[in-house]
Amino acid sequence: MTRSLSLLGALDMARFAARGFLRMDAVVPAEINAQFLEEAGTPPEVAAGRRLLGTYAELLARSGIAETPAGIPLSRAYPQGGAVARMLELPVVAGAIRSLVGDDPTFDHHFLHVTFPPAYHEAGGGENVSQHTHQDSTIDPRRAFDLQIMYYPHDVTREMGGTRFVPGTHLRKVSEVALGRYQNIRGQQHMVCKAGTLLFLHSGVWHGGGVNLSDRTRTMFKIRMNPTGSQARKFDVSTLPPKGDQRPIFLLKSLPRESVEQILMTPEPWFEQDTGRLEFVNRVKFWRYLTDDPTYDADYWLTRLENLASA
Amino acid sequence: MRRQRVLVLYLGNSALDSPVIAWANYDGTGRTRHMSGDRDDPPYRTGVDALKDGWRLFQASQLMPHERGAEFDVAYLKYEFWFEQLEEVAT
Repeated sequence: MTRSLSLLGALDMARFAARGFLRMDAVVPAEINAQFLEEAGTPPEVAAGRRLLGTYAELLARSGIAETPAGIPLSRAYPQGGAVARMLELPVVAGAIRSLVGDDPTFDHHFLHVTFPPAYHEAGGGENVSQHTHQDSTIDPRRAFDLQIMYYPHDVTREMGGTRFVPGTHLRKVSEVALGRYQNIRGQQHMVCKAGTLLFLHSGVWHGGGVNLSDRTRTMFKIRMNPTGSQARKFDVSTLPPKGDQRPIFLLKSLPRESVEQILMTPEPWFEQDTGRLEFVNRVKFWRYLTDDPTYDADYWLTRLENLASA
Repeated sequence: MRRQRVLVLYLGNSALDSPVIAWANYDGTGRTRHMSGDRDDPPYRTGVDALKDGWRLFQASQLMPHERGAEFDVAYLKYEFWFEQLEEVAT
């Protein structure tokens, strides 16, 4: 089975390790997108006085997407031939899942995220606002991580308020929406994309739904999955460069070339000047986990700290 | 009647003249409604620039020692500065 998978290469894996996401634009064929939207169902019409919660509940009740128990194998979570099963079977999708959470992941939960345009809020008397930025689930002190796939089955414009996320926040240990006070963070991204786009997120990435100011509903389907075994060396390890000397640091005469180290040592616009260095340390530790190489280092951060000078 | 407008800036280090990396606005006058994701560029380059524009600083985060064994843990943004402006509103 693994022969047909498109496993992630070392550089893409390093990008995920550093930034906590991988984006695949328009990789799901139009036919599957149309099937998904058909299965998901159409939102009820706007009705004066009807609260949005009731509208949402009716949409979920009518939807063809089933209630599914947490903890079953992902391979049993969706009926064969259904849109989600077909999406997950795409070689590029199956390869990314295997690369990030390993073989036979467990289904955690899924949700049909629908963001409603202003008319629904006006009819129900509610306020049309964006979702506070948060980290899903709760405080998660693990080095291991879950994978969240966000599936955008139709085109998303900026006006529709696509998912907002902050690259590089995945290694921060926070408590869900405790960080809701951070309205805007330098480097935040908004999902503006073509139909069939997938966003693969480390479960720690800070994110939130945008406000929908368009005249149509926005639909996104999220699936969370857990590893059932080691997450180490599940990507295409043949693309890992051989280990050599560490690269020069600080005094450089030219721009460095693209490499695993260069990716891991690239800061985000929101990095604080001191804790940005802690982010580098944690990225190196994360890369050690993903490659099962406890001696790996980039730019000497951990080598320096682990020199106890006691021999 | 006076109402409070609040600006929260998160800076690159503990210095008020370091760069803004995150921010939030809350408007007690009701004239504007700010929300998550409503702006991608910072309202000021540094905290000092906010002072120059008339914002009054009323709180800054403390510098805390690092807990032994957790020196490399990262969580919330560290350098938080709260500013206010008081504005007259019609009753």
